[in-house]
Amino acid sequence: MSSVGPASNVPKPIAGPSSYLDDRLGAGNFLKRNLRKVFPDHWSFLLGEIALYSFIVLLLTGTFLTFFFKPSMEHVIYNGSYDGLKGVGMSAAYASTLEISFDVRGGLLMRQMHHWAALLFVAGMMVHALRVFFTGAYRKPRELNWLIGVLMLTLALLEGLTGYSLPDDLLSGAGLRITEGVAISLPLIGTWLTFFLFGGEYPGEDVISRFYSLHILLIPGILLALISAHMILMWVQKHTQMPGKGRTNTNVVGAPFYPAFMAKAGAYFMFTFGVIALLGTFGQINPIWLFGPYTPADISAGSQPDYYMGFLEGALRMMPAWEINIWGFTLPLSVLIPALVPMGIIMTGLALYPFVEQWVTGDRREHHVADRPRNNPHRTAIGISAITFYGLLWILGANDEISWTFQISLNWTTYIGRVLIFVAPVVAYIVTYRVCLGLQRSDAAVIGHGVESGVIKRLPHGEYIEVHVPPAEDIEAHIRGKEPIPVIPGADTEPGGIPPKGLRGPIGRLKAKLSKAYGGEKIPLDDGHGGHAHGDAGEHTAVGASEDKSLTH
Amino acid sequence: MNRITAGRRHPLARYAVLLLALGLLGVAYTLAVPTDDRAAASIASGKVDNVAEGKRLFEQSCSSCHGLNAEGIPDRGPSLVGVGWAAVDFQVSSGRMPMTQPGAQAPRKKPAEWVNDETIKQLGAYIQSLGGGPVPPTEEQVDASKGSRAKGGELFRANCIQCHNFVGAGGALTQGKYAPELTEATPKQIYEAMATGPQAMPVFNDSIITPDQKRDMIAYIVGLQNEPNPGGAGLGRIGPVTEGLLLWVVGISLLVLAAIWITAKKRQAK
Repeated sequence: MSSVGPASNVPKPIAGPSSYLDDRLGAGNFLKRNLRKVFPDHWSFLLGEIALYSFIVLLLTGTFLTFFFKPSMEHVIYNGSYDGLKGVGMSAAYASTLEISFDVRGGLLMRQMHHWAALLFVAGMMVHALRVFFTGAYRKPRELNWLIGVLMLTLALLEGLTGYSLPDDLLSGAGLRITEGVAISLPLIGTWLTFFLFGGEYPGEDVISRFYSLHILLIPGILLALISAHMILMWVQKHTQMPGKGRTNTNVVGAPFYPAFMAKAGAYFMFTFGVIALLGTFGQINPIWLFGPYTPADISAGSQPDYYMGFLEGALRMMPAWEINIWGFTLPLSVLIPALVPMGIIMTGLALYPFVEQWVTGDRREHHVADRPRNNPHRTAIGISAITFYGLLWILGANDEISWTFQISLNWTTYIGRVLIFVAPVVAYIVTYRVCLGLQRSDAAVIGHGVESGVIKRLPHGEYIEVHVPPAEDIEAHIRGKEPIPVIPGADTEPGGIPPKGLRGPIGRLKAKLSKAYGGEKIPLDDGHGGHAHGDAGEHTAVGASEDKSLTH
Repeated sequence: MNRITAGRRHPLARYAVLLLALGLLGVAYTLAVPTDDRAAASIASGKVDNVAEGKRLFEQSCSSCHGLNAEGIPDRGPSLVGVGWAAVDFQVSSGRMPMTQPGAQAPRKKPAEWVNDETIKQLGAYIQSLGGGPVPPTEEQVDASKGSRAKGGELFRANCIQCHNFVGAGGALTQGKYAPELTEATPKQIYEAMATGPQAMPVFNDSIITPDQKRDMIAYIVGLQNEPNPGGAGLGRIGPVTEGLLLWVVGISLLVLAAIWITAKKRQAK
């Protein structure tokens, strides 16, 4: 290996073959360049790795499960070791899942780890996406990688749905029935699509084997390709970094890949594996033997999808029973709207946000320094508002469990949910926006006044004041990393003035208005310098605060 | 033999045959409906003091809502004429009656002080004397070991889980009503609930679900109650809601803590 220092120190049995390989593969140069790659040190940058490592666990445990699982809807009579279902007719898929759970050594643990890893996979993607969103790390040049991420999240939901359906138990059957309901509600193509998917009248005999191919071959294959693309792009474009001492748009401050970051990443893989194993060992998940085999006639109270589908379930439960009947055709809005609208708002919104933001701010520059969420209050407010929307739908997906556990009338959870779904995101937006401005103000105060030193000083005329000292260097650099959000030039043209070319017409005027509201500096850092009521008390101002320590401006 | 064949033509023969047939029918009826007979017998065979004692208990603890003669009071309590001893046994032994406060539904609770097998029997005898109705099952009818779990499971899934959930964890119904969890229900109470249809529950009488099928279902529910969780903590066995909660509260939190720990560094001294 090239990083092992002068060749003379390397024992010959190692030096020989490695230089042989190096001469032919040219790996030495590649490694030399890439092993020193610098990764920034911030805990939130590891969140995406949760998804990556969960995916590896999914591949490993999933392969184990394929050895024993029979993706067939052939009718069999169960005669395994679980007493509660002996002699019951069921599909071969369900029987083989029971076999994995009770008769295959380590099978239940593998099944449980696979399921927990799946939940963690999606959760890891979600928290990673939130980190990227709130720090603006999706900005140029990373928009395409962001799109790949959104695509992977969508595919992960599909992967989850197909996997959830495979055991063919009564709970997964409820999910399958909803899938069928959504498919058949689509205008024009609905019936055709349903018969195509199920190979005939629901539930047919094909859906399990079809979902199996999708679940173990097609979707993981696409995911693997997209993950590779995601990683390569990340590697080539390098990480963003939080603003701080010595961090600029043209460097990356952190630890080199080898050895420091590699050790950390390795350790984090172990942690992820460990948490999945822990959950798989001590947390019983999807106890299909208790649910029984699927028959379309049966449905249980408290049937829920896995949490990442909860927002769709919530939308479905909350929707009033609307439908339109024209010329003998039925348009079931009560299924179509909850199935398509929330998903559309969330996924399309995620995909388009980088481009909409660019359109509004006119910002075409490259960004490698991340924003602190407070420093782009509108973006943060939009994000929290979306989380509120999603979260409410998610909670309402479990409204029967909430009603049952907290003894609230089920009807009221629905009525309240119908109001909150419109009101709560707006409230969340306003509150978040104000909180962001408040935090910016407190930043300005830290820069302007310094931080409290704990030393109380008595002035000659008897007044007591607390002496403020300048903030620590790294904290100050972190705060001063703030940049004003760009506004399209000419957006603030006075009424009656002539706006620039792109800002004319109704769309142009809207763009100018949005740009003016979204961009600009809401609370300048210098605000703390003596404005307001503090101006007269000289001692309040931090010692040396007037020196310009800005590094990133 | 000849005398009997000769007697066939006797003018009274037709009456004799008619009497015999009526007698057989009566015996068959008595055998076919043993429960009513037994209840009636228990009242008839000198245990009428049970009825009197039951009426006293009723007036003391139940009449404020159900009326002095169990005729019911609008908006307070329904008439109990014809609900039967089984209903009394179910409601009182599970603590649901007497209710402590009016509400959408009476919850299961610790039975009142005065409740014991004897007082339930007396109260039951009184209600039974008003208009009959289902009576409590025999020991054998609710013996879980004599039922088939697998068959019971199929019946349970077809008839019960839409309200009580696959694992009998209970579930919400409309307007504050709910199907209770079955974790504490005794075999006898399960049988009586099916026979009498308490509160929001429909009646599953013997023509819909036979006593044998009821016993299979009891075997299944008792099996659920006693079944360990092979996969670790059961998480209430309600599936994805608690699983998702555990994932976010424990899984993601642990991993975020791990990430913070891994990337933590000492603040450099100035």
